[in-house]
Amino acid sequence: MAAGVAAWLPFARAAAIGWMPVANCPMPLAPGDKNKKQDELVILNVSGRRFQTWKNTLERFPDTLLGSTEKEFFFHEETKEYFFDRDPDIFRNVLNFYRTGKLHYPRHECISAYDEELAFFGIIPEIIGDCCYEEYKDRKRENAERLMDDSDSENKAEGNLPSRTCRQTMWRAFENPHTSTLALVFYYVTGFFIAVSVITNVVETVPCGIGPSDVKDLPCGERYVVAFFCLDTACVMIFTVEYLLRLFAAPSRYRFMRSVMSIIDVVAIMPYYIGLVMTNNEDVSGAFVTLRVFRVFRIFKFSRHSQGLRILGYTLKSCASELGFLLFSLTMAIIIFATVMFYAEKGSTHSKFTSIPASFWYTIVTMTTLGYGDMVPKTIAGKIFGSICSLSGVLVIALPVPVIVSNFSRIYHQNQRADKRRAQKKARLARIKIAKTGNANAYLQIKRNGLMNEAMELTPGDKEQTRNKPGSAVARQHHHLLHCLERTTNHEFLDEPAFEQNCLEGSMQNCPSTHSPSLSSESGTASTCCSRRSNKKSAHLPNSSMSAANLRSMQELSTIHIQCGEQISFNTSRSSLNDKSEEGMRINCKSSQITTAIISIPTPPGITPEGENRSRIPNQSSTSMNTTSCNIVKVSAL
Amino acid sequence: MLSVEWESEGLQTVAIVVIICASLKLFHFLGLVDFSEDSVEDDLEMATICHRPEGLEQLEAQTKFTKKELQILYRGFKNECPSGIVNEETFKEIYAQFFPQGDASTYAHFLFNAFDTDHNGSVSFEDFVLGLSVLLRGTIQDKLKWAFNLYDINKDGYVTKEEMLDIMKSIYDMMGKYTYPVLRDETPRQHVENFFQKMDKNKDGVVTIDEFIDTCQKDENIMKSMQLFENII
Repeated sequence: MAAGVAAWLPFARAAAIGWMPVANCPMPLAPGDKNKKQDELVILNVSGRRFQTWKNTLERFPDTLLGSTEKEFFFHEETKEYFFDRDPDIFRNVLNFYRTGKLHYPRHECISAYDEELAFFGIIPEIIGDCCYEEYKDRKRENAERLMDDSDSENKAEGNLPSRTCRQTMWRAFENPHTSTLALVFYYVTGFFIAVSVITNVVETVPCGIGPSDVKDLPCGERYVVAFFCLDTACVMIFTVEYLLRLFAAPSRYRFMRSVMSIIDVVAIMPYYIGLVMTNNEDVSGAFVTLRVFRVFRIFKFSRHSQGLRILGYTLKSCASELGFLLFSLTMAIIIFATVMFYAEKGSTHSKFTSIPASFWYTIVTMTTLGYGDMVPKTIAGKIFGSICSLSGVLVIALPVPVIVSNFSRIYHQNQRADKRRAQKKARLARIKIAKTGNANAYLQIKRNGLMNEAMELTPGDKEQTRNKPGSAVARQHHHLLHCLERTTNHEFLDEPAFEQNCLEGSMQNCPSTHSPSLSSESGTASTCCSRRSNKKSAHLPNSSMSAANLRSMQELSTIHIQCGEQISFNTSRSSLNDKSEEGMRINCKSSQITTAIISIPTPPGITPEGENRSRIPNQSSTSMNTTSCNIVKVSAL
Repeated sequence: MLSVEWESEGLQTVAIVVIICASLKLFHFLGLVDFSEDSVEDDLEMATICHRPEGLEQLEAQTKFTKKELQILYRGFKNECPSGIVNEETFKEIYAQFFPQGDASTYAHFLFNAFDTDHNGSVSFEDFVLGLSVLLRGTIQDKLKWAFNLYDINKDGYVTKEEMLDIMKSIYDMMGKYTYPVLRDETPRQHVENFFQKMDKNKDGVVTIDEFIDTCQKDENIMKSMQLFENII
């Protein structure tokens, strides 16, 4: 429960008067207000700066230093104040946390000093409000990385390497080349060889002049075959070794093999090996030439060396939808204009616009304002449509491009922020859930431990004697409120595991063992709590207990609807039960009235044993039996 | 010659400038470019509604609280609602914090309507304190009247079964899912039936305020529980 709303607790308790006329059981006693003295001011002297606040404010968070009795250790008798020898600037934030319930992180403070103060005052940093949490986490991570770097360099300086396996060192060397000199050397060598390989591929195709025994210009690759082959082999050797080393060092080989970079590596070196295997077979030399094209993929290996390339690839990926839209609208425009031009130029002689696909080329060249001039319209209509085409091309291309460019940067930044928020959202929801279940669990725990009230209610004189209940006055009052709600509705709070367990047990129908305590508590509550009601329904209690006892032997049924009257059309087990208990219930049933119970017997028992399980409302149902018309007594199985 | 060239160049420069300005205006019109830097403030609407309660003496005269109690109440109120009034959303949020396991929003809605006596959609400190004065320091009659007012959703003086069913469902909603025994759909209805059995003396399907007060005063349990919360403040 947040601190601020503790002030509204009296209101919530007062509003509980609305439940009173509705409740059937008397309410538990209110917790004793023994310490109902006037609220007092406390003085907190932090290194000379005095802060004052109400005592209640501090008690909102009883598990911190200021909210618990731990602060008595710092009480200074002579000046009647609490003295702390800590930083007063950071203490301001700590005190505001008590006042407002939200902890803020001031940006100008050092993160480790702040953490120390929080630890001293017993406040966990996870409750920092959302407004400051991102900043806090960033600074903390930065600090941690710096500390890690420091410790690493320290270790290296001392020659005291942390015990890491060879594999882990290698992987770290590959991922962060700056960690060791060897890694750096490796990084530069591979970069150099990538560059060499790419340049080789390019130079291979340059004509080198007329060779001694040839008549025409040969590309260099065919003149100096051996040299280029050696260069190629050397590069591929290096790449293969690098790939194998990475594969060996990867912590998860399967994941590594599926990553983009490893696929690029493989594609870069495969053509060479395939070429080795296939030698000079003329049939497949066409395909072999195509394979050579893949050698250009080696240039993508540079993305390991360049952060910018990676970012570009990522942004292209994330803007795929915008690019797709641009492409789609362009295609539409191209088709429209190509059709129009084709039909416009159909009439002219020696027209280059032989078909619509042939006109595509003209349209694309015109719309992108290239204007090669290899296809030009000759008719007047063709020229008119041609000019419209070029104008609209400018518009169609020029307008979305700035939008896409701004989208790039917006989406890129947003992605960064969204990733951060997503990572924090899970943590935030977990925190909220923990706080919620913490509250609920606190209440359930107190119920189990304190074993409230049945005993205490019978001895009203002991109201003032407090058994040492844990928790502040606020917590006690809150629990009293929840207890009143339980009494009003005649149901109890459970926490999730116990609930699941009950459902499971119900479905397995281990009747006697698990539910006998509840039955006893039922009768217990029936006797003490609802004393008046038990008088009223004394005629019914034996019936219900008897049928309950009967039911224990009926393992397969969950809810029985005992009706006075026909309805033997259900399955045999039910009807048998009807027969059995009708004898017992005949005292109460008068007319054969089949009321709404029929509707509420939905399905055969096999399907929903859990749903109807444990619907024990003998209290309410039996009071309804009190008067005239015969109704249905719902007795649930145990 | 030269002047003609310069003139034409000058005209060209002017033409270019005009075209650039026109295209910028066009972009601004289309919303692609935003010139004004303070457009963010237009979007934010500051909630400038602020309400100050009447003086302490007047409130003391109208309610049955002492000055100190009013001070404590106001401090808590202002902490949570600095603007001085609570609207329904805030009210629901605050009330929901007390019942983490269930959904308290429906009951909070009814409660809000019960406190908002002038039905203006917000609860000021005066409304708050007047309501609390009835609940905590009022006579039994007053408290019962307040409870009846809570149940009477449309404030027509009669509590029908449907209204009671709504209230009952909202109370059961606050329990949440994890209860023992498991909450069934008929439970609220059964509860309403019991209630009407007790309260509706002439069996006309509605409960009037006299029947209500009459029955409650005869019921020991209810009387006892009404006095439970006397000493909250």
